[in-house]
Amino acid sequence: MTPMTEGNVNERPVAGLYRQRRGSGTSAVPSPVKLAASNINFYYGSVQALHDITIDFVEKKITALIGPSGCGKSTFIRTLNRLHETMKEARLEGEIRLDGENILDQDVSVIRRRIGMVFQKSNPFPKSIFQNVAYGLRINKMAKGTEIEAIVEESLKKAALWTEVKDKLHRSAYGLSGGQQQRLCIARALAVNPEVLLLDEPCSALDPIATAKIEELLHELKYQCTIVIVTHNMQQAARVSDSTAFLYLGKLIEFDETKRLFTTPSKKQTEDYITGRFG
Amino acid sequence: MIALALRKRATNFIMFGLTALCTIITTGILFFILGYLVWNGATALNWSFFTNLPAPVGEIGGGMANAIVGSAKVLLLGSLIGVPIGFLGGVYLNEYGGSVMAFIIRYATDLLNGVPSIVIGIVVYALVVLPMKHFSALAGGVALGIMMIPIAVRSTEEFLHAVPSSLREAAVALGAPKWKAVVTVVIPAAMRGIITGIMLNFARVAGETAPLLFTALNNQFWSNGWSQPTASLPVMIFAYAISPYDDWHRQAWAAGFILLALVLVINVLAKFIFGRNKFGPRGN
Repeated sequence: MTPMTEGNVNERPVAGLYRQRRGSGTSAVPSPVKLAASNINFYYGSVQALHDITIDFVEKKITALIGPSGCGKSTFIRTLNRLHETMKEARLEGEIRLDGENILDQDVSVIRRRIGMVFQKSNPFPKSIFQNVAYGLRINKMAKGTEIEAIVEESLKKAALWTEVKDKLHRSAYGLSGGQQQRLCIARALAVNPEVLLLDEPCSALDPIATAKIEELLHELKYQCTIVIVTHNMQQAARVSDSTAFLYLGKLIEFDETKRLFTTPSKKQTEDYITGRFG
Repeated sequence: MIALALRKRATNFIMFGLTALCTIITTGILFFILGYLVWNGATALNWSFFTNLPAPVGEIGGGMANAIVGSAKVLLLGSLIGVPIGFLGGVYLNEYGGSVMAFIIRYATDLLNGVPSIVIGIVVYALVVLPMKHFSALAGGVALGIMMIPIAVRSTEEFLHAVPSSLREAAVALGAPKWKAVVTVVIPAAMRGIITGIMLNFARVAGETAPLLFTALNNQFWSNGWSQPTASLPVMIFAYAISPYDDWHRQAWAAGFILLALVLVINVLAKFIFGRNKFGPRGN
């Protein structure tokens, strides 16, 4: 694991591009906000899981959500594509704006196509590799025939999986390794050309090599879409993200540029967590 | 000390022997039945058994071709009624039934499954045979169809339920409405199991006699179409077994053997289908 004070975090130009939410005074050029969650309160039945969370996700940047288990990271990311609605007893208050328009007022299928998701445990369909990637195109009637083939190839290339699977596209996706399956899931999400990609602990079930591949991939993907990644691995957040939100007990404790959050956190709780005093 | 050790070993030996014996008895019964059927029916098992009509009383030989075809007919009709209703009911139950609704449906199907088959026979007699004024293959098929529904519902539900929710989530997260996720992902993932369940269900009703006794009745000749009384293997076995003729007894044994062989073959086939790589590729 690379120490986060050196290495790739510093290589990327992150400073000055952010609209600072809780003004630390350095706010310069405002950057376009792709997805904005404001005042999110979330309840499972009568239990409140999220308390008044407000985060802006900047276009074509990677935002990491960190925090100890049970802090609401996954719950929060699942509200961003309205996946919480598949749960009974779930209730959401607040607004989530995609390009300025509240996604809660729009057609949920369209929203989920525009906001893709990759899950903690790779979940390819029990179909062929090709059919997996083509699934979103087919159900959304986005392409036909040879067009589908081209998009499948392109998506697999984007997910850095093409060379490994190009000779076995019509074999079962279950024949792939865990890391390959996860990249297949990323390819499947990319095929419908999402504007935002949500990743819910995408590497937690993977070995370090597979993890490194996916992290590398994220650096490429952020030129195409806005990325939100939940991770319980702080080093990962430090390595891949431009800005980081620290959640604790369903509350947003701190949200800042990744570099600043990890080097000079403004809150005591954040500091305790990233220095490993709890969590 | 030694006595205790000996007692432990003796207990172990006796209990081991007892469990092994019970296992042998369980499997032994099946082989005994198979052997007994072959032993008694083998002489009547020849080509004409499959191709000829029953011989008139007193004449040796003849076959059960009409009963074999009749069984196929009532089973086909039963499946056409029972499988779609049971399958779609199972889909509704697992995917769309609210908790109260699901409880009621589940309870009702379990009760229906518990209804004695002869009672289902009587009901179909009253509802189909009486208005039509005669026994028919149609009535037999309806009775078997009703017998198939509850198990088809529950086995479909169970296999759909076993599909990991992560697959549904993946489909929904790609923009699929729920019904589309069910049709394109959940049902295909459960298909192998559902087909296995249907085959076992089919094998189970293939041997049903009571619901056919006063619906399809019996027939010594070919029956044309669906509105004639129709012979079937189980009812033929019943009729031949209680007759006073040795040759008919032999034929009843032979028919029993055929029926059991059919059930065994279907069971083995079902196991084979289900046992194969559960998520194999399905081509493109």
